[in-house]
Amino acid sequence: MLLLPALRQSEQTNLVGGGGWAKPNNTKMAAALNERMGLLLGLCFSLLLGSTSAVDRGNFKTCAQSSFCKRQRALKPGQSPYRALLDTLELSDSRLTLQLINDNNKVHLLLELYRLQGNITRVKINELKPLKPRFEVPDVLVGEPPTEPLSVLSKDDNGVVLSLGPESQRLIVSARPFRLDIMEGPQVLLSLNSRGLLAFEHLQLRKNTQVDPEGAEVKENVDGAEQQGEEEKADGVKDKEEDGLWEETFKSHTDSKPSGPTSVSLDFSLPGVEHVYGIPEHADNLKLKTTEGGDPYRLYNLDVFQYELYNPMALYGAVPVMLAHNTQRTMGIFWLNAAETWVDISSNTAGKTVFGKMLDFVQGSSETPQTDVRWVSESGIIDVFIMLGPKPSDVFTQYASLTGTQSFPPLAALAYHQCRWNYNDQEDVKAVDQGFDQHDVPYDFIWLDIEHTDGKRYFTWDPHKFPQPKDMLQGIMDKRRMMVAIVDPHIKVDSGYKIHNEIRDKNFYVKNKDGGDYEGWCWPGNSGYPDFTNPEMRAFWASMFAYDQYEGSMENLYTWNDMNEPSVFNGPEVTMYKDAMHGSWEHRDLHNLYGFYVQMATTEGLIQRSGGTERPFVLTRAFFAGSQRYGAVWTGDNAAEWEHLKISIPMCLSLGLVGISLCGADVGGFFKSPSTELLVRWYQTGAYQPFFRAHAHLDTPRREPWLFGPENTALIREAVRQRYALLPYWYQQFYQAHKTGQPVMRPLWVEYPKDTASFAIDDEFLIGRDLLVHPVTEEGARGLTAYLPGHGEVWYDVHTFQKHNGAQNLYIPVTMSSIPVFQRGGSIIPRKLRVRRSSACMENDPYTLYVALNPQRAAEGELYIDDGHTFSFQTKKEFIHRSLTFAYNTLTSRNLCTESNFSTKSWIEKVLILGASKPKKVTLQMDGKETSVEFEFDASMSVLTLRKPGMNAGADWTVKLQ
Amino acid sequence: MTGTHLLFISLALSLGAAVEVQRPRGVPITKRQFYDENLPFTCLDGSRTIPFDRVNDDYCDCKDGSDEPGTSACPNGNFHCTNAGFRPTFIPSSRINDGICDCCDTTDEYNSGAKCENTCKELGRKEREVLQRMAEITKEGFLLKQQLIEEAKAGQQERQRKLTEMQNSRKEMEEKVEALRTVKETAEVPEKEAKERHLKAWEEQKATSRAEKDKAKMTEAFFELDDDADGFVSLAELQTHAELDSDADGSFSETEAQALFGGAEQVDTAAFERVWSNIKDKYVSESQPVEPTPVTTPPEESKEPLTDNDSEPYPDDEDILEEEEEEEDDEDDFAEEDLDKATPTTRSPEKKEEDEEAMPPYDSETHALIDVMPSEVAVTVLSSTAAQKARDDFEESERALREVEDQIKNIEKEISFDFGPSAEYTYLYSQCYELPTSEYIYRLCPFNRVSQKPKYGGSETNLGTWGAWAGPEENKYLLMKYEHGTGCWQGPNRSTTVKLTCGKETAVTSTSEPSRCEYLMEFTTPAVCQDPPNVDSSLPGHDEF
Repeated sequence: MLLLPALRQSEQTNLVGGGGWAKPNNTKMAAALNERMGLLLGLCFSLLLGSTSAVDRGNFKTCAQSSFCKRQRALKPGQSPYRALLDTLELSDSRLTLQLINDNNKVHLLLELYRLQGNITRVKINELKPLKPRFEVPDVLVGEPPTEPLSVLSKDDNGVVLSLGPESQRLIVSARPFRLDIMEGPQVLLSLNSRGLLAFEHLQLRKNTQVDPEGAEVKENVDGAEQQGEEEKADGVKDKEEDGLWEETFKSHTDSKPSGPTSVSLDFSLPGVEHVYGIPEHADNLKLKTTEGGDPYRLYNLDVFQYELYNPMALYGAVPVMLAHNTQRTMGIFWLNAAETWVDISSNTAGKTVFGKMLDFVQGSSETPQTDVRWVSESGIIDVFIMLGPKPSDVFTQYASLTGTQSFPPLAALAYHQCRWNYNDQEDVKAVDQGFDQHDVPYDFIWLDIEHTDGKRYFTWDPHKFPQPKDMLQGIMDKRRMMVAIVDPHIKVDSGYKIHNEIRDKNFYVKNKDGGDYEGWCWPGNSGYPDFTNPEMRAFWASMFAYDQYEGSMENLYTWNDMNEPSVFNGPEVTMYKDAMHGSWEHRDLHNLYGFYVQMATTEGLIQRSGGTERPFVLTRAFFAGSQRYGAVWTGDNAAEWEHLKISIPMCLSLGLVGISLCGADVGGFFKSPSTELLVRWYQTGAYQPFFRAHAHLDTPRREPWLFGPENTALIREAVRQRYALLPYWYQQFYQAHKTGQPVMRPLWVEYPKDTASFAIDDEFLIGRDLLVHPVTEEGARGLTAYLPGHGEVWYDVHTFQKHNGAQNLYIPVTMSSIPVFQRGGSIIPRKLRVRRSSACMENDPYTLYVALNPQRAAEGELYIDDGHTFSFQTKKEFIHRSLTFAYNTLTSRNLCTESNFSTKSWIEKVLILGASKPKKVTLQMDGKETSVEFEFDASMSVLTLRKPGMNAGADWTVKLQ
Repeated sequence: MTGTHLLFISLALSLGAAVEVQRPRGVPITKRQFYDENLPFTCLDGSRTIPFDRVNDDYCDCKDGSDEPGTSACPNGNFHCTNAGFRPTFIPSSRINDGICDCCDTTDEYNSGAKCENTCKELGRKEREVLQRMAEITKEGFLLKQQLIEEAKAGQQERQRKLTEMQNSRKEMEEKVEALRTVKETAEVPEKEAKERHLKAWEEQKATSRAEKDKAKMTEAFFELDDDADGFVSLAELQTHAELDSDADGSFSETEAQALFGGAEQVDTAAFERVWSNIKDKYVSESQPVEPTPVTTPPEESKEPLTDNDSEPYPDDEDILEEEEEEEDDEDDFAEEDLDKATPTTRSPEKKEEDEEAMPPYDSETHALIDVMPSEVAVTVLSSTAAQKARDDFEESERALREVEDQIKNIEKEISFDFGPSAEYTYLYSQCYELPTSEYIYRLCPFNRVSQKPKYGGSETNLGTWGAWAGPEENKYLLMKYEHGTGCWQGPNRSTTVKLTCGKETAVTSTSEPSRCEYLMEFTTPAVCQDPPNVDSSLPGHDEF
């Protein structure tokens, strides 16, 4: 939900003088102010009538407005001033250290190299002797990554060659200038500082820049800048103008920058790479674009009101992980830094036309394509993990070994969620719940936004609208459904509010630069921001979710953390001052971690309240690397526009690539009101995306699925039903994601890494390996062209069972009911066709197996079953995990985990074999007995249907076609 | 009547139980004949025929779901709950054994472990009570409605009668207005002449008065100039008035002065008349400061007397209290001030002259003449009084006509509303009904508007003005739509739907805002009550017969 009203900073300051309040750019904001600003509201509203619907870019910094980015970006590639002091090299078996010196200012840096298990190289660069410690990101890595021995292969005056394990991979450290190259055989996979853009602004005592007109200080600050500094020295005026070193002002907000310039930067070259992905969150295509001539991609968690599409502006979350891919190899770069970060991308082929590339090919141009990347962060250290693949799945595994895997959500969380800002009161909730039953549309979760609270005091209920929350929750539980209530991190400053008093008394609030409790404006008006980076604060927060603390809560109430960038309506760029303090660290150092910690603490609370038995479900808007461990993420406050529907695909694909699989966009669009056609298409798309939740802004007309006439209700019902039928597959995919770190929603190239035609596709996607989805995202579409990958493979239309060959662009005529989805030949997918009003109601229902044969007449799949909501699958191994294989006309179910134990009432009611031929006889072998199975054969589509074989879903069995 | 009822139900109960064994689970008695266990079963859509043992075998064979009436196997199947004692119903097959009790007779949860209790009896009893109550309300409401219809009819006739009457009197009045207009215009002729006469006289008088004033000024100037009081103004005496410097070179030379005297060395009072006409525009009296103090920007010190001056209409707010206290004392001061004012101390002569010329505004002067005129215009007085009376009469008649026209318009507007098939909603017209909630007072004025006023201060919000009846086709009088209320931020204009239900009272019973700026109001009125059908036939428990 939410938004970040385009507050004009100048008006913000007026607030203090009583001049007139900031302009709330929507009514939720206004509602927040209502309590205090009463009469002024009408005035505010009238000012707003002409407001536009696009993002107010002026509220957010460009690189040029962010002094360190501007400073760093002004550096041009060239000879690096850094030199490796090889005689300082020390090697313990898994750690190599080496000093670097900046020959211009003689500052020493310490380089640490590690070889980590699973083909990962870690490169750390910090000051050898900083004035005070520099921030190193805690809590994101799941542990100290296990190392493997490093060995020196050779060493001379020019450098050192290290062995990176068995695959003839070497790491070459060049001394002058300092540079790192990772080689495999004769090939360079990746180089660091090859363009000489390593720049480490060392901590220093403040000098008076005014008395240093020569600009020497400026020159020193970007330590890598010396080579340019010589040229610029003549231009003293320019140096003088370069400000923002010890203080920087954006709009009316001044950042005091007590530590001065502290930014770090490093460049990476990727020879042979033309496709890079990742570094969410941006509203942009899957394949990252070069940033020359525009701003770099920015990573700085911000509440962006009505964000624009297809640009590199920062959004709500940040995962500093980039994937590089070509037909030979996939690699990853994980830049572990939580400060404001900018990423520049350039390419030597980006400017070339297809014709130009052909010409190179014909003329035998020796130039290999290359992508260059440069990371710049405002503070902290350089700590990079280079994940060397080589396969996409290897990179996912490598990244998961560092930051963990997707939490395994309760099954219900994968079902349909009905949200709106706001369901007005208990009666409204009840009426909506009944509406779903009346119109026979399934749903599992109904959501309450901020209006459910008593004056935006989270953990409380509005006494008039929600006087009996437990009665309401019980009513929902009686339907075997659940609820989510919002709990935002900003805390109303109100001495009558218990949570506030406790946090204040325990001294848990973030401090402003002068040491007092930091306060900013958010929904409740004046708010404090708990310091979630403090483990004691997180423990306190977690304890607030206990049933006896959170009054009116019950076990079917889950949580939504919004506004956790953090959003501060009257702060710079709508967030917290960078010089606010978290203990001894500045907010600057860890900004991008705030939302991560909020969700971590909330998730811990939900686990604790059940005594550690129940799996939590927490949705967050802000996130960082590792957030996948704590729950779900959504793409924030989108809009009811076709382009927003389209962008939901690359946005979630990008998140999946960096570990966050449980991703979704507000179905229908948050701002504005969708046309009926758009709403239906969005349901059809959302039904095939991981987190499937409809949501709407307070000011939009109601849009529950039955409000658009029987025809559209039927279309929406059908889309939701397709989701429910496919829940066993979704659940199994999330189990896999949890176990292995593989993404659930995948770009095509992940499964077809050598198929260059797939590398830039982001209007269709795979769920797991086996389902390909190309939702209709064009208004008025009569047809679309889907790319079916895979030479020699086949795909089956899941609705008609028609078979299509792989490696082709397939034109598909569509109607309003069409959701083009294909099952890969060679896969087996379980479904539950008895769609009921909630996923819990379907628990014991039988399965139908869809066996889609490949041209070799074989297929394989899995079936995973557990209780759907507890940790028993982990703690007691209470689950069923079956391997299903079809080969040589025999379908077999085998146990994949012999020590697991779980029993289910579910059975196999039907088996469909797609691409089959007609057998004479079908028999089932189970428990040493053989029985005959009835079947039907549809010759037109070559579909063999086995009627009610009836075996238990957890049993060993074999079905033979004869 | 109640007794008979209970008998029927118990009969239904035993019958229901008896029937249950004779048909497959989930099949309504009306379809029993299609499920004969001795014959193969043909799907009800005729699509295929299957052995009877595949009916309710928990596998869906028929596309229409008809082979699995009692299981959840078919996605589009329906399950029939007998619900003896209450209302029988169909539920979707997906609700069979889903752990949630849907049928009050518990028959949908035969294999799920859900603990369901048979609540049909209780539900039936409650529903009958509700229906009974509703029936009573409907009955009474319907009676009231008949009254309303009668009243409306009477009212309508009354209005029609009144309208006719009004239309007639309008005609009369129009004639009267015309007649009086003629009278007025005739009466106004002498008055007009008198006015013109008066105007002319006034202008002559003004000219005379101007000349006299000029002469007085001249005399005053003469004596001012004649410093040695010898009865002549000499060149030197004239030269003391530097403002008369004709070439404006800063020095008023003797030659220049002589030129003004027409060559003479000195002038007497008679000769000064000619001189005066040349210098009067420039001449500055010695009795006033050379630099006139502009009244518009008085210096701080002079503020006090100005404040007391009655030319300042309103005292400063802060002074009010003080002044009121001092009022009595001030009165004397005022008198003195008035006297002082006669000497033009702080005003420029131009200003004074303007004041004098503007003093007799034409209209008030005329009226004064008409009302209290001395003897020479006595005739005018008489005729003017007659004209005034004619005018008053004419205006009176016109006003009366307008009133009648307004009333006709109102009646016609009222008649133009659609007050229902029997005009039963007429009584709501020009009435308002309120419902206070915790925050607001909602107000419905049927056929006019809906509004919301905060309880604790703040202005009223228009939630819509009368649009149209908006109920379903079969009875559009069940919903009222009020539209085009106050606009919402980034949203539509507020609108309200009023749902009418039968009740003895006329009242707003609830309000809500289901969607942003779209309000829903529930309203009870006898006018919507339908002729109550036979209560018995609408009660449940009969369908199984």
